[in-house]
Amino acid sequence: MKRTVYFILFAILSFALLLGSCKPKGTATAVSGDGGAKAYVPPGQYDEFYNFVSGGFSGQLAVYGLPSGRLFRVIPVFSVDPEKGWGYSEETKPMLNTSHGFVPWDDLHHPTLSQTNGETDGRWAFGNANNTPRVARIDLKTFKTAEIIELPNSGGNHSSPFLTENTEYVVAGTRFSVPPDNVNGDVPINTYKENFKGHISFIGVDKTTGHMDIAFQIKCPGVNFDLSRAGKGVSHGWFFFSCYNTEQANTLLEVNASQKDKDFIMAVNWKKAEEYVKAGKGTKVPVKYAINRWDEATHTGTSEIKKEVLVLDVKEYPDLVYMMPCPKSPHGCDVNPTGEYIVGSGKLAALIPVFSFDKIQKAIAGKDYDGDYEGIPVLKYESVLHGEVKKPGLGPLHTEFDANGNAYTSFFVSSEIVKWSLKDLQVLDRAPTFYSVGHLCVPGGDTKKPFGKYLIAYNKITKDRYLPTGPELTQSAQLFDISGDKMQMILDFPTIGEPHYAQAAPADLIRNNGQLKIYKIDENKHPHATKAEADAKVVREGNKVHVYMTSIRSHFAPDNIEGVRMGDEVYFHITNLEQDWDVPHGFAVKGAANAELLIMPGETTTLKWVPDRVGIFPMYCTDFCSALHQEMQGYVRVSPAGSNVPLTFSVGTNLPANK
Amino acid sequence: MKKIASFLLIAALIGMAVACGGGGNNTGNTTDGAKPAPQSMVKDVAAYDPKRGEGKFNPENVVLAEKLDEAMATSGEKISGTKCLSCHKLTEERLVGPGWKGVTQRRQPAWLMNFITNPDPMIDKDPEVQAQLELCLVRMPNQNLTDDDARHVVEFMRKNDGVK
Repeated sequence: MKRTVYFILFAILSFALLLGSCKPKGTATAVSGDGGAKAYVPPGQYDEFYNFVSGGFSGQLAVYGLPSGRLFRVIPVFSVDPEKGWGYSEETKPMLNTSHGFVPWDDLHHPTLSQTNGETDGRWAFGNANNTPRVARIDLKTFKTAEIIELPNSGGNHSSPFLTENTEYVVAGTRFSVPPDNVNGDVPINTYKENFKGHISFIGVDKTTGHMDIAFQIKCPGVNFDLSRAGKGVSHGWFFFSCYNTEQANTLLEVNASQKDKDFIMAVNWKKAEEYVKAGKGTKVPVKYAINRWDEATHTGTSEIKKEVLVLDVKEYPDLVYMMPCPKSPHGCDVNPTGEYIVGSGKLAALIPVFSFDKIQKAIAGKDYDGDYEGIPVLKYESVLHGEVKKPGLGPLHTEFDANGNAYTSFFVSSEIVKWSLKDLQVLDRAPTFYSVGHLCVPGGDTKKPFGKYLIAYNKITKDRYLPTGPELTQSAQLFDISGDKMQMILDFPTIGEPHYAQAAPADLIRNNGQLKIYKIDENKHPHATKAEADAKVVREGNKVHVYMTSIRSHFAPDNIEGVRMGDEVYFHITNLEQDWDVPHGFAVKGAANAELLIMPGETTTLKWVPDRVGIFPMYCTDFCSALHQEMQGYVRVSPAGSNVPLTFSVGTNLPANK
Repeated sequence: MKKIASFLLIAALIGMAVACGGGGNNTGNTTDGAKPAPQSMVKDVAAYDPKRGEGKFNPENVVLAEKLDEAMATSGEKISGTKCLSCHKLTEERLVGPGWKGVTQRRQPAWLMNFITNPDPMIDKDPEVQAQLELCLVRMPNQNLTDDDARHVVEFMRKNDGVK
């Protein structure tokens, strides 16, 4: 019997020991065992960082929290969004105007946060349109797209929207070289070398308003511009662009643009360009491009078509631009926090060249050239090289930095993140990603003061990582803790569209930037605002019927409208009279060929509706607003053309004739 | 003997549960830098004064003149048009919320000022407002009136109640 007892005791003790390891204790085990806990943000608590992640081919910008990976908002930028009425309301339609007319979709690749003194300042995010070349500015007080500018002489804006250390300029380098807009583009495609040019736009940004316009363009030989980064600190005043297809192929680029052993990173002295512009140099070239701006007082976008751009041709200004040879179709050309090193990532290469800004300056001063590329001096590779990271992996793409002198490079082909030291170019650590990482992000990792702590890998392929959803699977982000010597994966989460690139900023920097909670009704300057229910009305102007409507929990005024006729265009101008945070109202009407509206507190928004048949059309609030949300509804009566039903409108008074 | 074994077993299991649960607390549940969300719905019903309501106003800092201030009442009428009258009628009739007729007799001025500027905590705590909510089913929204706005609206309510 005693034996049994001992046996039981022994069994219990062993079991207890096993169980004792069920939760990590202390820092030793924390590193290996508590990944989930590190990414866990309890209900009701805030995340530590905002993560602005591009939606890629969705055209939008997604906002996640880190370390939780929770999705807070999808900001419509270049693509229409029926959910928010973006591109459907009369006020937002001008925001998607271009020289080609209204373009409802694009492909957003590189969110970039504005900087002051080389540090993230929490004011704006910029995004590029890769298809119909544009740059957008998103206001981080409203989380709304505030401005979109089109780029002339460009064929697709990939090398963008990277910016200088005080957001003086946002750049846009064309991915596809094309004949300039003001020459006859009706040329054989195989005359690329002769007729196609690569333009780089320097977009000036107003310090106070954020308003963008093209300060100047630099006209370069036809190549593909891929990515770019501004110099900072010691290299402030310079910009670096990776170029591929220096073979100038116009077909089967997969093979024909991978012929040369080395392509280039192009160094642009933009301070010099500024001097030329100030001295009145450059040519004013006729073009057409749109600038679309959102006005926060009128809640309305306006689109202006500009007709001219200033162009500096590199052929005429030989001290403006220099080429640095870089192995095999470089993608990333990333500048470290001090601005001294430029890291090239040849996406078909098996090493990482690190260039030295100091050596670049010396090579330029000493004319240490290795010939020229279409008239642009080519600096000697060895003369500008700080060193090479040997055997880092396959297919380096993009590098960001922490505050401790380390660099992190993503490798698409070998599907991993590699940490290495800028000091001695030695590989320190490597971590697999699942799968095929493109860009990566370290909070502040492109600035003078990286926040570090986390690294996020943005993966193109997830295959077996999540429950299957038919042929198309989600793409993903993977979060690593980089506070220790070794990178530790602590979370992966699915993303919208293609998470091409992202930036992150500390939560406090954004949430304390003066976030807008409501539009103050007294400051609403919308020309069709209705600021009191007593002012609600319906006005006929020819075949246009303007409905001045208010919404508040839980009714519209007016909610009965009669006298609309076939052939009319009805404009519902709805003002949300709520003055409380987080109380939008929605609006929808049956048969509307566009979308719904979401109207923020104090905002006025317009939906155009062209009735297609005679009858009674319900309208209702789409955003669950109160216990009586289902009662928030009304009717529009549509009569035949020429009908003599008088135009009437009311709320609460149109009662049955016989009670 | 069996009893002893069972006792040991239970004791050991309890011990393990404690050890396991306790260890997790420090390392697991809070993420460095994560901020607690503000607590907007704290209920402290016991401290609530149903005569004064809750907010920055009290009988000392809300003093009404015997006579109506016409300018103030006119301003209050304009503000009400934008922010109040979608839901309140000037008669006794309930629309979304109760009619305003007689409200200045039913309520202390400080209560009105507090309710206009700070409705959410009062809706949670005031027994009469709770009863009202059961009728109306819509929480009165915070329409972000300034202190002056609220004072002017109260003056307009007084005018509506016949103060001259």
